[in-house]
Amino acid sequence: MFDLLAQTGLNALYAASYISLVAVGLVLIFGVMGVVNFAHGELFMAGAYVVVALYAGGGAPFLLAVAAGLGFVGLLGLLMEFALFRPLRDNPLGGLVASIGFLMILQATAVMGFGVRMEHIPPVTQEVIAFSEKVRLPMSRLYVIVAAVVLLGALWYFLKRTRFGWALRASAQDAEAAALQGISIGQTARIAMFIGAGLAGVAGALTAPLVSVNPHMGHSVIVTAFIVIIVGGVGSLEGAVVASVAYAFVHTLVTTFWDGVIADIVGLSLMLVVLIVKPTGLFGTADRA
Amino acid sequence: MPRTVLLVILWAAVAAVLVALPHALSFSQQEILVFMTINLLVVASYRLLTLTGEWSLGHVVIVGVGAYASALYTKELGIPVPVSMLLGACTSALIAMGLSYPLFRMKGFYFLIGSFAAGEIIRLLWKRFREPFGGPKGIKGIDPMPDFSIGIWDFDFFEPVSYYYFAGAVVALCLWLLWRIERSPVGLTFHAVHWQDKLAQSAGVNVRAYRTLAFVVASGFAGLAGALGAHYIGTINPNGFDVETMVFVLTWTIVGGTATFYGPLMGCIALTVLNEIVLREMGFEQMRPLIYGAVLILSILFLPKGLESLVQKLVKPRRVEP
Repeated sequence: MFDLLAQTGLNALYAASYISLVAVGLVLIFGVMGVVNFAHGELFMAGAYVVVALYAGGGAPFLLAVAAGLGFVGLLGLLMEFALFRPLRDNPLGGLVASIGFLMILQATAVMGFGVRMEHIPPVTQEVIAFSEKVRLPMSRLYVIVAAVVLLGALWYFLKRTRFGWALRASAQDAEAAALQGISIGQTARIAMFIGAGLAGVAGALTAPLVSVNPHMGHSVIVTAFIVIIVGGVGSLEGAVVASVAYAFVHTLVTTFWDGVIADIVGLSLMLVVLIVKPTGLFGTADRA
Repeated sequence: MPRTVLLVILWAAVAAVLVALPHALSFSQQEILVFMTINLLVVASYRLLTLTGEWSLGHVVIVGVGAYASALYTKELGIPVPVSMLLGACTSALIAMGLSYPLFRMKGFYFLIGSFAAGEIIRLLWKRFREPFGGPKGIKGIDPMPDFSIGIWDFDFFEPVSYYYFAGAVVALCLWLLWRIERSPVGLTFHAVHWQDKLAQSAGVNVRAYRTLAFVVASGFAGLAGALGAHYIGTINPNGFDVETMVFVLTWTIVGGTATFYGPLMGCIALTVLNEIVLREMGFEQMRPLIYGAVLILSILFLPKGLESLVQKLVKPRRVEP
């Protein structure tokens, strides 16, 4: 029993690490742009396909492919900012609807470029850390956990300790007041979009060898990310991380003891309960939507 | 000529065209015509829901509730098909009634996400429970409408033309009802709830009750559309009512525009025709999501008020109706 719980905990830690990368990016975009990016799951998918193309297909080193995934998806984010969110700034539902359109374009592009079948990606490493007979952590999962901690740490440092980070948080709090202080709203929007999208891309790239990569993989990712940001509180980065960890544990436990579909139902029900009882989420403050 | 006579002639002409239409089409086009007719009811009911200002992402699942309920009533309880269709519609309305208690504590984005979560839970329940919902494979061999004859036409419901006449009559009746609802005092209150909810509230309107009413009535019609579809296709499964389908409904509605009754209908017809003629005939079927995505983006960027705004520009010189 203890072994099972320990193994579930390790699995949950791995799930939490990439979920929090996705959710933090989503929250960042929402905070600064005021747009709920429905295409976030497809950005994750795009990151995974960069790894398929470069690492599995082109034979590039894995780390290089992951970095390329971050850069490429970050650029996709800039494209979305430029082509969709900026012209639709005054249309409250517009950005959301446009991101749904972008989602379908990305999905169809993946189908046409790679086909609907699952991609096979050679594992980065076969090594396994064995804590005991039944408690094992594959090295490839450990890499994801370490990368997530490093990236989130870097983001935290950037937001709290650098001038750009201050500017970004200021315009997330009050765009007008920030603009009056001489902060370029357009520039902070671009930075937020690049980082937010890039985080989704890097999460997809990192996990690509461990999950089934297909054009429709974004769906479950975006559902999970929505649950996490609602439970954590829309607009709260800390909330998103805490909720990712909590959700990953609940979901992994329920999956282990019942099955995956029940776990999804439990997750969605949790989100509904939070929406009913405390719509600002566990860490949210003001009503921004 | 008096106005009413003109209108009668106009509507008679429209009806004649609609009756003659399927005979000018190929078999597969006739089938698409049936689906489009049913989809018209889906978007029209969706518009009733958006009248009060809330955008739901669970509408397609509500359509599915009607489909599943009607299919199960005929299969498990042996209820005749036309009756079970109506019962399916009622089931959708009841489920919507239940959902409205949690959902209408939310507004705007939260309602959107909440409705999505609620719909997804229902869909996963269908997927998870083989008894009675059939699991991921869904329900197969749903009873078709029983054939009958009205003298001038033998209704054989394996023929798309027959089903088109049947579904067309039902949908036309429903559209007329929806139109009457919108023009009634209740419908005008829906508008007030959307655009002036504080004012409406201070004038003694129970805003939440009206939101609930719009949601329940819209869901009833949506459920009927689902039942109409289920007994035509004969098989349903959870994936038929997923978010992608919802995005299609959303696209039809947004491309058409939601300010008028005919806007979403125009969007549905225009995109179905585009889809079938341009995409299928020219062999771009695989690019369907791409085209839909691009159309959605282009219309929100360049035609944010929808196709209906083009029509309104054309007929503007006419007297503005209240």
